[in-house]
Amino acid sequence: MSYMKEFTKGLIKENPNMVMLLGMCPTLAVTTMAANGLGMGLSTTFVLVCSNIVISLLKKVIPDTVRLPAYIVIIAGFVTFVSLMLQSLAPDLYSALGMFLSLITVNCIILGRAEMFASKNKVLPSALDGLGMGLGFTITLLLVGSIREILGSGQWFGITIMPEFLEPMTLFILPAGGFFVLGCVIAIVNRLMKKKPREIGCHNCPNAANCAGNCSEKKEGNE
Amino acid sequence: MELARNLMIILLTGILTENFVLSKFLGICPFLGVSKKLDSSIGMGAAVTFVMVCASLVTYPIYYGILVPLGIEYMNTIAFILVIAVFVQLVEMVLKKYMPPLYKSLGVYLPLITTNCAVLGVTLLNLTEEYDLLESVVNSFGAGLGFMIAMIIFAGVRSRLEQCDIPKALRGAPITLMAASVVSLAFIGFGGVVDGIFGA
Repeated sequence: MSYMKEFTKGLIKENPNMVMLLGMCPTLAVTTMAANGLGMGLSTTFVLVCSNIVISLLKKVIPDTVRLPAYIVIIAGFVTFVSLMLQSLAPDLYSALGMFLSLITVNCIILGRAEMFASKNKVLPSALDGLGMGLGFTITLLLVGSIREILGSGQWFGITIMPEFLEPMTLFILPAGGFFVLGCVIAIVNRLMKKKPREIGCHNCPNAANCAGNCSEKKEGNE
Repeated sequence: MELARNLMIILLTGILTENFVLSKFLGICPFLGVSKKLDSSIGMGAAVTFVMVCASLVTYPIYYGILVPLGIEYMNTIAFILVIAVFVQLVEMVLKKYMPPLYKSLGVYLPLITTNCAVLGVTLLNLTEEYDLLESVVNSFGAGLGFMIAMIIFAGVRSRLEQCDIPKALRGAPITLMAASVVSLAFIGFGGVVDGIFGA
């Protein structure tokens, strides 16, 4: 029962990018097409599950003082694995994602889950937590990607679905459209969940503790 | 002359047309998180620029001097992130010891930078664009300046936003993202400016 909860919390209640507002860069950058969003989401999920498992297994071995570099190296190793796999199995996706595939390494969701969850929990919950968070991330990417692709190029997964007489609004596949769509999606989620709106910033960054209290916002002491 | 022109093109492209934050989506988290106040925007921008330039100086010899001769180019992500993490630590220690005033103003942002995707991003970009050492440094400098300019402009926009009466559901992150969208739209206007100046 509680295992189920570890899995489902990442999907909606603690959705990493719609609710926790983490990992904004890939959410905005690769979502010009739904397929790219899905590919990026699944790659990240794979890295997240693997790194959570390994970090959870090694939590007693890794000394506390060097844990961050150790986590980063573990994550970077899996990222390299994924990008080599994609390069040979799905070369189109590989070139579409480009640099952002390597940048999964510095995705704060992964490091955040490692620090907040995997380093404190057993293997099975950590794996489920990673799977749930990863799928929650994938859902958001797919959603934002679908909205942008349908409005911006009149297609969904490359199939034309908008009627001919409707001119696609190119704005939505430009960077400006990405910010706008994500803003709308978060607003709708806030409205539906009747949550107190969150502000993006250090106070919901899981790595805030690693900044050794140096976080600028914490220092200014606002909120 | 040709060299200077080339470097100017790289610099201006990094600042205006290919702005890291607003058109490449790198470093969004610090851009949205730290841009609340003007002085912290400037501090963060300066720290990122500094680390970016140094990181590209350090990673260039590592890639072409170690990874390429050994034929393990695919290890670049791991090698670069390690180098950046170590380097940021080193800078922090050196600044703390020898330049306390500078440490006081920049130091608070340094730990945030290790996980800033813009820094790893710029070093990887230097590789894909096949820049030489000088071009890499100029590109990183331009990218950092572009980051700083975007943060400064956005800090101004946000200080205006705080005085507005915003619908409840839009408060917080949504309106911030929408404001970023408008700023990004403005930067689209720079498209073609660099080509126009240099007739490329």
